[in-house]
Amino acid sequence: MKVYLDNAATTKVDPRVFKKMEPYFSKEYGNPSSIHDLGQNAFRDLMKAKEKVAKLIGGETNGVIFTSGATEANNLIIKGAALANRTEKKNKIIVSAIEHPCVMESAKFLARKGFKVEFIPVNSEGLVEPRELEKIIDKETILVSVMAVNNEVGTIQDIAALAKITHAHGAYFHTDAVQAVPYLKLNVKKMGIDFLSLSAHKFYGPKGVGVAYINRQIKFKRLFIGGCQEDGLRAGTHNLPGIFGLAEALELAYKDRDIYLKKISSLSDYFWKKIKAEISGVKLNGSKSKRVPANLNLMFSSIEGEAILMDLSYKGIYVSTGSACSASDLRASYVLKAMGLDKNFLNSNIRFSLGRFTTKESLDYTIKALKETVKRLRSFSPIN
Amino acid sequence: MALNYTKKTLDNFLKPKNIGKINKPDGYAQIGNMVCGDQLDFFLKVEKGKIKDVKFLSFGCASNIATASVLTEKVKGMTVVAAKKYPWQKIVSELGGLPNQKVHCSVMAVNGLKKAIADYEKNEESKKKTPLKKTVARKTVAKKIIAKKKLIAKKPITKNPTAKKKTTAAPQKKK
Repeated sequence: MKVYLDNAATTKVDPRVFKKMEPYFSKEYGNPSSIHDLGQNAFRDLMKAKEKVAKLIGGETNGVIFTSGATEANNLIIKGAALANRTEKKNKIIVSAIEHPCVMESAKFLARKGFKVEFIPVNSEGLVEPRELEKIIDKETILVSVMAVNNEVGTIQDIAALAKITHAHGAYFHTDAVQAVPYLKLNVKKMGIDFLSLSAHKFYGPKGVGVAYINRQIKFKRLFIGGCQEDGLRAGTHNLPGIFGLAEALELAYKDRDIYLKKISSLSDYFWKKIKAEISGVKLNGSKSKRVPANLNLMFSSIEGEAILMDLSYKGIYVSTGSACSASDLRASYVLKAMGLDKNFLNSNIRFSLGRFTTKESLDYTIKALKETVKRLRSFSPIN
Repeated sequence: MALNYTKKTLDNFLKPKNIGKINKPDGYAQIGNMVCGDQLDFFLKVEKGKIKDVKFLSFGCASNIATASVLTEKVKGMTVVAAKKYPWQKIVSELGGLPNQKVHCSVMAVNGLKKAIADYEKNEESKKKTPLKKTVARKTVAKKIIAKKKLIAKKPITKNPTAKKKTTAAPQKKK
């Protein structure tokens, strides 16, 4: 049996999405920048996709910029907003302590360019408390960036409250909403979001395509230069199959939202209750109430996370030790560190992320295998 | 980045050799710690300068377990002098290569073994220094102390299990 419980890393493309993408590889392969019919047909479809995405996130059509994914979107937004709005009096960027590496590294890049960069701490639940933002935000601040849902522990941040504080100080608000679809009903206008990032492969769309939503009232500096695609904000030929896949996947995610959430919540509750009942020395990391139901980040005392992962992988169960990047990075999770997790537990964590194709049978199989794995590794652990 | 373990590494992770403890080892060492993410405990039995038995415990990743498994397999039967010189590179080649970021596991395993051998040598040294009579005398005294401690520890629990509860519960009531 193969069990995929790493849906926060990436998801399987929904067959309905794939069907939508197919014609754009070899039938409707025109370049939307071409003036002939084949190109103009592609352009019309592109604009429809843009409208669809704008509607789904409650924004303006001309604010939807298609990118190669969320890493590009986050780089584009953080650097683009900071560099365009820098003045003698405004020179500060604020990001949370648990942002994705592409946000962290973009902020550090700006720090090397002379910007003042500050980090909002999180509490032990993995939540950014709005009053912590109040403490460090000031008139110097250009941009505040806080992710809507954390990729490692699945905690949900109070985006609307943080955006409100940000605007009260004359700054702009960005949220990396990669893990938020479809858990949060995104509405950039209502929530006060000026900039937002999405990535299709996190919601059953294809890899290599994302969205940078940009409030076009705000001064902005592009990253890629070249052609005049995306109103000149992102040069480069459009990835049409990807873009149509993204639009379809986003639409389906919200269309199926209620059924999906019900299913995931009940599966996740079942899974966690059973693990708690059958395995000792297990703890849930992050807030119990303010988290997406798909994410269960669990600590297994006295054994090492990667060993658990490899043992499960051998049994056909695919999980992660935090984030997908962690395979090459031996350092313990900075997210769990920021939450103040006991240092003896930092290397004993596994992220299970459920998804649309998860079944109860597969979870039963996982629990049985997990019990054996934990028992085996604990049998020779030097730590009691 | 990929973490492509070889089949041999996986085999040694899934079915590690020489895993466990040795009671009253001639040499013991712990290397690394759980905060850093990996820890190995080595136990040695030495006879006539040769490693008669070696075992290990692990808190660590797949390659931490696999490298210690291969190392213990290779040095069993070797003289301690030769085992001390066993190079980490040999573990890596024995496993058919390790991912770059995991090579340090083989270094840690080798250092852990060296530390256990050093512990054995230290024990040997102190045995030589102390006359035989004295060590015998010390051992019997130690045994008596241990036996006494065991008795004390056992007494309240085995003979009168309710007595302890009462005494601990009483002061709470007073509050």
